[in-house]
Amino acid sequence: MKFIEIAKKDLKAEFRTKQMLNSMIIFALLVIIIFSFAFGNEASILIQGINKKIVDLLAPGMLWIAFTFAGMLGLSRSFAGEKEEGCLEGLKLCPIDRSEIYNGKVVSNAILMFLMEIITIPVFAVLFSYEIRNVPGLALVVILGTLGFIFVGTLLSALAVNTRTREILLPVILFPVLIPVILSAVSATGIMLSKGEIMDIAGELQILLIYDIVFFIVAQLVFEYTIED
Amino acid sequence: MIKKILFTLTAVLMLISIYFIFSSFSPIPVNLKEAPGDPINFKIFYFHLPIAISAYLAFAIVFVSSVLYLRGKQQIWDIVALSAAEVGVIFAFLTLVSGSIWARSAWGEYWVTWDVRLNTSLVLFLIYLSYLMVRQAVEEPEKRARLSAVFGIVGFVGVPISYVSIRLWTRATLHPVAELDYSTFSPLIITLFMNFAAFFLLAASLILIRMDNERLKEKGNELKRIKGL
Repeated sequence: MKFIEIAKKDLKAEFRTKQMLNSMIIFALLVIIIFSFAFGNEASILIQGINKKIVDLLAPGMLWIAFTFAGMLGLSRSFAGEKEEGCLEGLKLCPIDRSEIYNGKVVSNAILMFLMEIITIPVFAVLFSYEIRNVPGLALVVILGTLGFIFVGTLLSALAVNTRTREILLPVILFPVLIPVILSAVSATGIMLSKGEIMDIAGELQILLIYDIVFFIVAQLVFEYTIED
Repeated sequence: MIKKILFTLTAVLMLISIYFIFSSFSPIPVNLKEAPGDPINFKIFYFHLPIAISAYLAFAIVFVSSVLYLRGKQQIWDIVALSAAEVGVIFAFLTLVSGSIWARSAWGEYWVTWDVRLNTSLVLFLIYLSYLMVRQAVEEPEKRARLSAVFGIVGFVGVPISYVSIRLWTRATLHPVAELDYSTFSPLIITLFMNFAAFFLLAASLILIRMDNERLKEKGNELKRIKGL
């Protein structure tokens, strides 16, 4: 359970300056606001054939673009800070399993991302005067999707921090691997926002769960190789 | 010596199978003659399928040699992984290109956004393209080998989940499943098998040549180090 301490350390350092959290939240809000400028007028037009507003079709994609892009900011700094200050050496000297470092980072990254999402979703609902039908269902989808994003993202962030092009490389290598999460989360979010039956998204939830479990296990196995010298 | 035999065999088989494809020996199924384009385009099938399968095999080699590298840290497995990944990326790209050209003639469109097979092949291509990006971004050979092995494992594990999620998200596929009667030696089966043999050997030869290149490069670097250049 040592990873809790690492997460605590990260969060303590983060909440002293709130540098990362603030830029993540502001970035996510900016994405939503840009979408609102771009689609604001047309968003409430009703499409006759399928009896849906345009915003219903765009909303899930918009939300996940905001989440993944803002999350990327957090992930790319998550190991970069440690590396620059030479703290990674200290972490590696800890008499704990290397995967505990990964688990700690996962916890702190996930908390930051959940905070960002909790603020982004209401702002989105306000800007598009949108009514969310199934809040617990949406929460479940967002949690599972975010966990999948963080599990892979933290591992690849540790990998990318060792390369020359760090921050640029991370999105390039992360998004192709993330495609299952993004596809399933977007589709499930869409159903949760409009119809709101949890049974309709059983397939998506299965994929998200399997993805989370598989990548959590893979990361436990291979994480130590990303930070070893 | 064995390599020379392999390369000669590849060249000969390639020539024979190309002759088979473009001569009137290989048949065009009757029911395909209703397709919008020229039915002769069906002949793309004879190399489209073998190229696709060769790409999958190359990616499987990347995965296995990545695991073996992390277990024993022997440089040879890194060279195998690199060579297989490069050949695999080229073959995956050729699969997309040949498939698109055939699709234009058979379905009337180069790319069908919601098609399962198309998207899966695209994701596969993107994942291994980013594998090559990881390799490019690290200079130290040992670190490069280690980090890219981690990504080789993560990427390959993601492939089946991507496949399932794309299947769920996209509605259906236009892509035909090859339902072939392998028990009889019809001209179609013979041509197809000739092409399978030719492209497997081609992939194997390319991988071997690439491995030789890499070994020579290592040797060159070592000589430079010894001479103090």
